Order: sequence, then structure tokens, then C-alpha cells
Amino acid sequence: MTDVTKSAPQGSETKRLLREFWFYFSENRGAVIGLCVFLALVLIAAFAPLLAPHSPTLQNRDALLVPPFWEQGGNPSFLLGTDAVGRDILSRLIFGARQSLFIGCVVVSIALTGGIILGLVAGFFGGWVDAVIMRVMDVILAFPSLLLALVMVAILGPGLTNAMIAIAIVLQPHFARLTRAAVMAEKNREYVMAARVAGAGRLRLMFRTILPNCLAPLIVQGTLSFSNAVLDAAALGFLGMGAQPPTPEWGTMLAEAREFILRAWWVVTFPGLAILITVLAINLVGDGLRDALDPKLKRS
Amino acid sequence: MIRFLLGKLAYLIPTFLGITIVAFGFVRLLPGDPVLLMAGERGITPERHAELSAQLGFDRPIWVQYLDFLGNLFQGDFGLSLTTKKPVLTEFLTLFPATVELGLVAVTLATLIGIPLGVFAAIKRGSWFDQISMGTALVGYSMPIFWWGLLLIIFFSGILKWTPVSGRIDLLYFFPNGTGFMLWDSLVSGQKGAFLSAVRHLILPAIVLATIPMAVIARQSRSAMLEVLGEDYVRTARAKGMSPFRVISVHALRNALIPVVTTIGLQVGVVMAGAILTETIFSWPGIGKWMIDSISRRDYPSVQGGLLLMAGVVMLVNLIVDLLYGVINPRIRHS
Amino acid sequence: MKFAHLLAASSLALMAAAGAHAKTLVYCSEGSPEGFDPAPYTAGTTFDAASQAVYNQLVEFKPGTTEIAPALAESYEISDDGLEYTFHLRPGVKFHTTDFFTPTRELNADDVIFSFMRQGDESSPWHQYVAGITYEYYSGMEMPTVIKEIQKVDDLTVKFVLTRPEAPFLANLAMDFASILSKEYADKLEAENRKEDLNNAPVGTGPFKFVAYQKDAVIRYQAFDDYWAGREKIDDLIFAITPDPAVRMQKLQAGECHIMPYPAPADIEALKADPNLQVMEQPGLNVAYLAYNTTVAPFDNPNVRKALNMAMNKEAILEAVFQGTGQVAKNPIPPTMWSYNDAVEDTAFDPEAAKKLLEEAGVSDLSMEIWAMPVQRPYMPNARRTAELMQEDFAKIGVNVEIVSYEWGEYLKKSTDPSRKGAVILGWTGDNGDPDNFMGVLLGCSATGDGGANRAQWCNKEFDDLIQKAKVTADQAERIKLYEEAQLVFKRENPWATIAHSTVFMPMSKKVSGYVMNPLGKHGFSGVDIEE
Repeated sequence: MTDVTKSAPQGSETKRLLREFWFYFSENRGAVIGLCVFLALVLIAAFAPLLAPHSPTLQNRDALLVPPFWEQGGNPSFLLGTDAVGRDILSRLIFGARQSLFIGCVVVSIALTGGIILGLVAGFFGGWVDAVIMRVMDVILAFPSLLLALVMVAILGPGLTNAMIAIAIVLQPHFARLTRAAVMAEKNREYVMAARVAGAGRLRLMFRTILPNCLAPLIVQGTLSFSNAVLDAAALGFLGMGAQPPTPEWGTMLAEAREFILRAWWVVTFPGLAILITVLAINLVGDGLRDALDPKLKRS
Repeated sequence: MIRFLLGKLAYLIPTFLGITIVAFGFVRLLPGDPVLLMAGERGITPERHAELSAQLGFDRPIWVQYLDFLGNLFQGDFGLSLTTKKPVLTEFLTLFPATVELGLVAVTLATLIGIPLGVFAAIKRGSWFDQISMGTALVGYSMPIFWWGLLLIIFFSGILKWTPVSGRIDLLYFFPNGTGFMLWDSLVSGQKGAFLSAVRHLILPAIVLATIPMAVIARQSRSAMLEVLGEDYVRTARAKGMSPFRVISVHALRNALIPVVTTIGLQVGVVMAGAILTETIFSWPGIGKWMIDSISRRDYPSVQGGLLLMAGVVMLVNLIVDLLYGVINPRIRHS
Repeated sequence: MKFAHLLAASSLALMAAAGAHAKTLVYCSEGSPEGFDPAPYTAGTTFDAASQAVYNQLVEFKPGTTEIAPALAESYEISDDGLEYTFHLRPGVKFHTTDFFTPTRELNADDVIFSFMRQGDESSPWHQYVAGITYEYYSGMEMPTVIKEIQKVDDLTVKFVLTRPEAPFLANLAMDFASILSKEYADKLEAENRKEDLNNAPVGTGPFKFVAYQKDAVIRYQAFDDYWAGREKIDDLIFAITPDPAVRMQKLQAGECHIMPYPAPADIEALKADPNLQVMEQPGLNVAYLAYNTTVAPFDNPNVRKALNMAMNKEAILEAVFQGTGQVAKNPIPPTMWSYNDAVEDTAFDPEAAKKLLEEAGVSDLSMEIWAMPVQRPYMPNARRTAELMQEDFAKIGVNVEIVSYEWGEYLKKSTDPSRKGAVILGWTGDNGDPDNFMGVLLGCSATGDGGANRAQWCNKEFDDLIQKAKVTADQAERIKLYEEAQLVFKRENPWATIAHSTVFMPMSKKVSGYVMNPLGKHGFSGVDIEE
């Protein structure tokens, strides 16, 4: 790639890049399937109140632990059965999609913003600013991520919001490191020098000139973090530190279902399956994005 | 080599200080007063509360507590657990072997399966083997392991009744002066069936804990192998008429494995985090479960010491991996 | 398939091997003990592992009751003024001989004095034998102010001199913190400069001797051959530490353990249905209550409190929260406790009358807080759900309820604040089976104020006089009368809404016989046998 394409592509140029990207992305069958599943999840989440046959929190006291409809004793009005207090599992799963996608979006936004700012500052200013920021990132990375998130949630108090903040903090050093590395690599390139000579301010340089050129790895890392966020939030929920009952969050549902594992397989199986499918879809998309955006792999 | 090591240490020391600040600071920020929890429903008079706080040293200025903490650390003193009144380090060390055993078996399992899977997938690039193994790896990589563990329990313990529900070994076996590594203890004890029992208890947790590292290692091995197979010297070797087996085993594999070593090392952090979930599900008496318990009991010194020791272990392993990498990859050493 | 065969074969071999040797009882306990010295701790888990298995007290509770019976003390006398308790020790009581200690003498007065003075005497080298330990029960039961001195009359006679008459004193001596340790062992540890091992490797006189402990995994005991009350029928006792109730249940059903405490309420049906299991049950020595703040308007008006109590549908709470595993409470003490006044009539559930009573009291548009504790306790499986049900009930008489909760430590503290506005859901489990342990600790005037356990801040002269008098009266019949009257005053004044007494369940294999449930919630295995 030449420097011309790198400096602020415009109009038709953007379109060409997008078309090229889609060409490579759509070649990857897995990625396309992942994308479809992901879009379906988005739709389910968006139209949850219309799709769900019951309220996710309504307790049907006369229908406790009803098995899925195809099992003996199943009830067609509860397609995937009910949990220990008679809530419809399908409805809870549908509403749970909202929670998980919401968690993913929020966590990635916070982590991405924080990480980019820190990375840009560290990379651009260098010196002790860089040293301090990167040591702090090292410190965060030195702890097992789930453990750190767990302690942070214990400090902030259990709950979805705090779980999201904790996970974002744990994930953000990856973005900071990537951004910093990209900035270091790009800082002394000709087009940056040129912009600097032309009198561009530091902020402008950071955000308008350098940042767009290190977007590719950030996007890939972003998808990765999205799936990590969904997994970690579910893990925290499972440990009782994430979303609190009766929120229909998948991890929390699993935590509540644990005591029934040998008696009512459906309360355990379905929420986990939902988590797996969601994370798998996002990771498939992530792989596709990486292949499509990484010029080195593209050529091989 | 020494310069390399010194350079590393220059990074590690400030990082380690940062870790002590985080561990200390976090724990001070935890809401909830351990003195109150000790008193329970009975309640506690303000005087008695002040007395107990003073006895536990919570009434001093925060920076004095920190310096004290740091000073004690260098003497190997991590404080006393509030629940058991025993040294945190002792508690950690009694439980650590269980986690190490589980972690080592998991990482070994992940490596032994992950590397061949990735290497063969790369050699047979595009084949059905490649697609299936990489598909499996991606599923493994996306797995919520706490759910995976529950599924395995339902299937193997609940339905097939092949494996026990929890624990490390059948209670019949008992090794008075054991090392804490159950596989080893049961093997050297010579008691009939002991080793098998330990294996039966270990197998499910190890599989669960190995799932994600296995997927990562398989994917990493595949891409490293692909890269090496595209390099000039491999092509040259091939062109010279070397047998494909020799090409792969002599040239390609060796070079491809170098980045994989780093990947394996990085899995230690993953395994530590996974241990928290795995140990909770299988009631495995290791440090992951201990940390969870300590957090919910507001056992300040235990949480603090545990955070520090776990981060220390991760750092240490990463350092060793870095050194190892330097040894096996001459390019790093000389540059 | 081959693998399965192999496993099946090997486990058969194991069973055969086990059967030939020893009778082993495996108890799936709910957690790791904090230590093996019962005095510094307050958790039942610790008492089960330490004092119940390894130690004895001077007097003990008769199995299955809260009555006091002689134990290490063969007999005792109480002076007429109630200030002197003289205990005659049982002769020939042996301490455990273990791998780590061989006793050279039998139990004597020195052991008794050591066991108490290390807790009470701050100058004793054993007072802080591990830095930072405290003796919560010793001070909680007011021992430092009650005990004036402990005298050694002769080798087998000990005299406790009190500063004031204290009727529950004998019951206090049956508690776990009053376990008798070996002074000889302590001296040995002190000489070897490893005092902390008193808490790691216990030596007692109890039915089982300690063999080994692996944290979070297993505790092993062996029957003590020279036990003064006769050797146990089982040979080995194993605590398999299993914190998760679902896992405990699976292990019990799989035969990996024989007996377990604290099943999840939802599992009780299934456990009862299992043909290999039996489920014992007993009313717990506990109470769950809602405490109003009786010093804050309008809850300072007994009629307002009564009206709210009348609006509360306790049966519904019992059904939804306790899933039927308990009984509605009308008195502040549970029915299994002596002096329980069954003649007390509970405030009837009657929303209409409640509404009227509230109007008469001139209260309208009442808004209040109900505090729901964030944790599950033996007396209260789900406080949040209880609060939601109360919220619904109170709404029907026009009272608007806001449910609040705090982190557990904060909750315990804030709920003792005298200026607190809300009504607090809380409960209590008895320590020693004495009514004073409920009425005095939770409702006495001395327990009001910041940090006190009287969360209703209720100081009623009539009630307090009765329980104070009962506390210093030695005559049991007289005490019963006083406590019965106090319960009438309590019900008239309604400082609490008494919610429920929960039932305690103990599922076990049908092979287990001779297990007696302890009303104080401890788990001891003396007298238990297992069929092979």
C-alpha cells in the first residue's frame, strides 16, 4: 500500500476500500454465517417484547420446572420449559440477548475510548508519560483478568453496571498497547511529518491523521473484546457478582440453575448454549475481519 | 543474557510496586467492615469496635498501613487471614499445589493436543481435517467454561456415573505427609487404585480448564506453521528433494514452535482466571476458590495476599518464558 | 466402554477393601473450619469440626435437648446466693494420644482453669497465642464481667466465683467456647515455641481424635479408644468439605457421603423421595423477625405496630419463602425452648381491622422503609422476597413500602442506629438454649443504643424487669413463670412482627442410625452407627 491511500481517503476511494474489504470478508464462509447469526441476535434483542411469548420475570407458580415441549410432561406454551420459579426460559433467553449485546457494546465502547486515548497520549508524548501509562497497563495485565474484575465488582458492589465498568477496565490495556504501537510506527512516517510541517496541531495529528491508519487492528481487537466481554460478564453473573436476579442475564440464569443440574437439564443447557452461540458468532466475524483487514494474511 | 535479564527487571520492579499498590488499595476500598461481619447479628458496641479495629491495625493512617504492608512483604509476611487467623502465605501454600496440579495437567493436555492439531491443520490446509479442527478450536475458544463444566458433570457424573462429583481423590486414600500433588502422592504411596482414583477426580476439571488454552494453542500453531511453510528456506529444502516429513520435522516445526512457546506461557494467566471458575464448579480445593471465598468474607489480608501472589506467579512465569524465548530464538538474543 | 469397565472394576475393589477394615462415616460438611480451637470463633462449622468432635465441656446439653447434663464435671453445686459454682471433675478422663502428643496425666483442675483463663486473662501468654485473635463468645456472654475468679480447690475440684448471680451461667459453660483443652499439651507447645499448633492440631477428651486436615478438602478423625463415655461404634469419621448444597446432595445420592447438613429447601422433596435416604427434621432454635424502631414516630405507638402486624400475611410468607419448611412465629422464642408460652395469642391476620386500627391511631398516608438483608441465613432463606410480600400486604392497608438493602456488614451496623427510620428484617439462632439468650440479648434495655442487638430500640420497663429478675433467679419454675409473662407483654406491645421459625433438615443414608439432631444447630456424631 502506498502512502497516498493511507492519507485520508475520500469519497470513491472509501467505497473502493469497502468493496475490497467486503470481497475478502465474504470469501470467508464462517465469517458470513457468524455475521448472519449476529444480525439475527440483534433483531431478536431489538424486538424482544414482540417475540417473547411471556414476560421474562413473570413467575407461573403452578408451572415450576416444566420440561421443554418435546419432553414428557412438557407444555407447548413454554417451548423450552420453565425454571424453578416458573418463568418461561425461552422468554428469558430472548430478553437475555438484549443484556449480552448491551454489555458487549458498552464494554467495548468504554475500553476502546479509554484505550485509544491512553495509547495515543503514551505513543505521541513518549518519555515519562509513556512510561507511566504503560507500566499502569502492565500492572493491570499482570492480574488474571477475571480475578481483577471480580475484586473490582466486589469494591463497586455487585450489579451489571459495575460489572461492565470492571470488565472494560480489564480489557482496555489491549487497546492502549495496540494504539501506542501503531502510533510509534506511524509517528515518523512521511505523511505525518508532512502534516506536521503543514502546521497541523497535535490533537489533529493524533486523531485525524494517525488514528485512522491504525484502525484495522483496533477493529479486530474490538470484536475480540466484544466476545470476551460477553463471556466475562456471564462468568461474573455466574459467580453472583454480575447482573442480579431477576434480570434475565444468561450467566445469572446459569447461576440460579446450578442446583438443578441433575434434575432439570434444560435450565442449565439453554442459557449456556445461548452464550456459546453468541460468542462463537462474534468470534467468527472477528476472524473474518482479521483476514480481510490484515494485508499480510491476505496475500498469502 | 545478563543485560537482557537486567533490562527485564527494570520493567518488572515498577510493575511489581504497582501491583502491591493495587492489591493494597483495592482491598482498602472494599466496602464492608470485617469487624462488623465478625460480630454478626449480636451487634457490637462502638468501644469494642474501636478496640478490635485497633487490634487489627485498621485505625492507622492508610499510608502507614501501606508501608507496613510493604515492609512485611519483604520479610515474606503477608499478614494473617481474618477468618482463620493463620498466615496468608501458609494458607496460600497449602492450597497452591492443588491449583498447580490442575493447571499443569491442563496446560500439558492443551499443548499435547493443541500443537499437533494446529500443525496438521496447517500442513493439510483447506482439507476437511483443517476445517473441522479449526472449527472445533473456535468453539473451544468461545466456550463459557463454567457451563462446559456443568455439562460434563451432568453427562459423566450424572448420567454415566464414570467420574465422581467433586474432590481430589477417593476419601479412602490418605497420604499423611503428602506433597499436596495428588497424582504424585498417590503414585508413590503404592496404594492400590489410588492413582486411578486421583486421575478420575482430575480428568473433568482438567479438560474444562484446558479447553481455552487448547484452542488458542491450536490456532496459534496453525498460523505459525503456515507462516514458516511459506518461508524461503522451507521451499528451498523442498526443492532440494527432501522428504516432506523431514522438511516439516527438521525445519518447519522447530521454527514454528518458537512463537507457540510464548503463547503457552501466556496461557498461565488464562489458566489462573479459568481456575477461579473451574474450582468453583468442581469444589476443587485450590486458590481460585479460596479467593472467591475470601472476597465474600471480606478477609482483607487474604484477598490482598492472594491478588499479589497470583499476579506474582503470572509475572514470574512470563519472565521465564521470555528468557526461554531468548534462549531458543537466537535472533532476539543478538539484537 | 473398556474404560468404563475398568473403572467399575476398580471401584468394586475399593469397596471390598474398605469393608474389611473399618466402619467409616463420611459427613459432607458445608465449609472449612476457621481453626480447631473453638474459643476464638463463632461459626457453627468450626464448632462441628472442633468442639463437637474433639472436645468436651464441664457440662453438656443432653443429646437432642437444651437441658444441661454433667459431662467432664461429674457433679456440681451452686451456692444459695448463686455466686459460687463448684464442679467436681470426673476422675480418670484421658486426653487423646496422637501422633503428635502423648499425654502423661489425666484431666485435672489445671486444664479447666487454663481453658478459661487464656480467654479471660489478658496477661496470659496464651491470650494472644496467635496475633490478633479475639474471644468473641467469651466476651459476648459477658464472661469477663461475670467471672470474678476461678479457684482450684483440689486436683478434681474447681470453683467459679461470680460477681453477680447469673442464671444462664451453667448453660454458658455448655457452649463450645467453654471446651476443655489439655494444659499439658499447651505447655509442650509453648516449650517448643509453636503455640499456634493449638489451633491446628487439637488434643481433647472428646469422642473422636483428630488425625489430619486438608483445607477445603477433608478432615479425618478416629474413634478415641479410651473415651470416658465409651468408645464410639464407628471407627473413622471423615468430614468431606463440600460448600455447594447441590454438590452435597449429589454426593449423598451417589453414596460418596452418608450424611449432610443444610440441604437447599428446593431439594427436600427430591431427597425425601430417594429410596436410599432418610430425612430427619426438627424445628430450628431460631426466629426471624421484622423489628420496628419503637423510638421513631409513628412506630412509637404500639397500635400502629399492631396494625401493621395484623396486615401481614405470615402464612403466605411461610409458603413462598420458606416453601413450607417452618412454622409461623408468635413469640420471640421458638416453641422447642423451655418457657415458650403457648397461651399467647398471635395477632390475627385481618387487613380490614388493621386499616381501622391505623385510622384510629390517626395515621394516614404512611410511607415506610423495610430493610431486607442481602444474605441467606438459617432463619431466613430469602429476605428480599419476604420484604416484597410485606410490601404487597401493607399496600392493602394504604401503607407505602420502600425496600432497601445494604451490604451485610453495613446492614448489621446501620440497623443498630437508634435514629434508623425503617423496619428491619433480621433473625437470631440460639447459642445456649436459655431464653435469656433471646429475650435478654435481643429485647432487653441494655441492648438498645448504637451497636446493640435490640434493633427495635425497645426498652419496656415491665418487660425488662421481668427478664432481669429471671436472669438472676436460680429456681427454674420461677424463671419459666417470669418468661411466660414477659412474652405476654411482648405480644401486647408488638415491638417486632415475629415472622417464622425455620425447620432444620438433615438428610442421610438409610444405613446411618443413632443420629440425634442438635436443637442448637451443631452437628456431632457421638453415638452414630453405620450399617455396612
